[in-house]
Amino acid sequence: MLEVRSLRAGYGGTEVLRGLDLSVGAGEIVAVLGSNGVGKTTLNKVLSGVLRANDGEILFDGKTLSGTSSADIVKAGLIHVPEGRKIFPNMSVRENLELGSYRRGRNRRSANLERVFDTFPRLRERSGQAAGTLSGGEQQMLAIGRGMMAEPRLLILDEPSLGLSPLLVEEMFALIRRLNGEGLPILLVEQNVVQSLECASRAYILENGVFALSGSAEQVRNDPELKRAYLGM
Amino acid sequence: MYSPAIIAEAVVNGLMTGAVYALIALGLTLVYGVLHIINFAHGALLTAAMFAVWAVYVAFGLDPYLAILPLTPLFFGLGYAVQRFVIGPASHGSDSNILLVTLGLSIAIENALLAGFRSDTRTLNTDYGFQVVELGPLLLSKPRLIGFGAAVLVTALLWLLLSRTDTGKAIRAVAKEKLGASLVGIDVAHVYAVTFGLGCACLAVAACLLMPTFYVNPRIGQAFVLVAFTIVVLGGMGSIPGALLGGLFIGVVESLCGLFLGDSLGQIGIFLIFILVLLVRPTGLFGAKA
Repeated sequence: MLEVRSLRAGYGGTEVLRGLDLSVGAGEIVAVLGSNGVGKTTLNKVLSGVLRANDGEILFDGKTLSGTSSADIVKAGLIHVPEGRKIFPNMSVRENLELGSYRRGRNRRSANLERVFDTFPRLRERSGQAAGTLSGGEQQMLAIGRGMMAEPRLLILDEPSLGLSPLLVEEMFALIRRLNGEGLPILLVEQNVVQSLECASRAYILENGVFALSGSAEQVRNDPELKRAYLGM
Repeated sequence: MYSPAIIAEAVVNGLMTGAVYALIALGLTLVYGVLHIINFAHGALLTAAMFAVWAVYVAFGLDPYLAILPLTPLFFGLGYAVQRFVIGPASHGSDSNILLVTLGLSIAIENALLAGFRSDTRTLNTDYGFQVVELGPLLLSKPRLIGFGAAVLVTALLWLLLSRTDTGKAIRAVAKEKLGASLVGIDVAHVYAVTFGLGCACLAVAACLLMPTFYVNPRIGQAFVLVAFTIVVLGGMGSIPGALLGGLFIGVVESLCGLFLGDSLGQIGIFLIFILVLLVRPTGLFGAKA
């Protein structure tokens, strides 16, 4: 579905991503893991068209996304739920969700709204409340719900477990499995190595702008270097 | 002292002037709320709109109220183009640049008008310019009453646009969360331009409502915009109900000060209130805490 080839990107003269190759197939959960400042968010910004790549190619469904505006990327169904949620704090929960279908899925807005409310009953209870007054977990639900409103064909989740309590982190990963169970391919970008490897089928470890390690979740989990550096074993 | 009827008339007169002030402030506050810049070209664009009303009246005999129909979309388009093709590209993403670009624009527009129309003051001679309506004991100017109704109607329409339509919601979304807006597929540059266009459309309507009772010369916009700034600060930067209520309030203050202190001192009340607001409640009546 998603195919990234020798991608290079950065800010001004500073190169952050130094040649990345990555793919996400239909129905897969693929994890991109790494600690702070290795380029995870930069990768997501390039994939969603907010930041231009310096070099390399991004193919979605066989079509190139290089130079495509973020609006057209959303229209194609590549939906990015950003780190830090980036919901609209001044607007109601319902309005936030409605805007999720601004560019895509507008015709089925009310049906999709029901579907999101069924997935997240808390959001239905708070549909009239200003989104900025929700708790962190609820805001994360809202951000994912807003992404679902666009009927994603591939969902990028950037740090969905960040800042959540351990219990909510469990719930978040259960939700990711459930969404994927319905056939939705997910690119999961996380710092939480253990739990991400549990639900992903394949994983890439990002270090200083290059993939230091990649393979099946099983392979990555058993890599001695990863165990030492990320799991402290 | 004055009789209650005279004071009541001054209050109603103030409300009627204030409604048009509110309309001008509305455009200013909308652009501030979304683009987070003070549009220094606001006054010059108002002057341009007033000259446009005068020009279509002189050239085609088009009544100023009917001129609302062609001039509002025209100024929307003009504002859209100015933001999309001049201010946006020239700013390179920095707010301080936008400030300078709008300041430059205002100088360019004012001087173009000065070159084209000279510094003469011009008025329209409509048959209804001096007509009055009797409302109980009050004698009210008919064109200003129409102005009041139209300004309130436009504010209500703008409110509906922002709260009910997808475009309006996109405007409010961009105002607070640009990245989030891009990620749901909102074209931020387009929304900026639409917002600027709406601000200019408000000015076109205000110009049409002003011209039957007011005059125009190339510097006239500045006087209104100074008052509009006060209203925006009083009502709360970026707040639409704030702009409407602030406008009405300022209109009444000006009218009452004019009555008690003499016409030439009418505006002193406005600026006293401006200073008081800055001292006591800098966020304004409806402003969010920074």
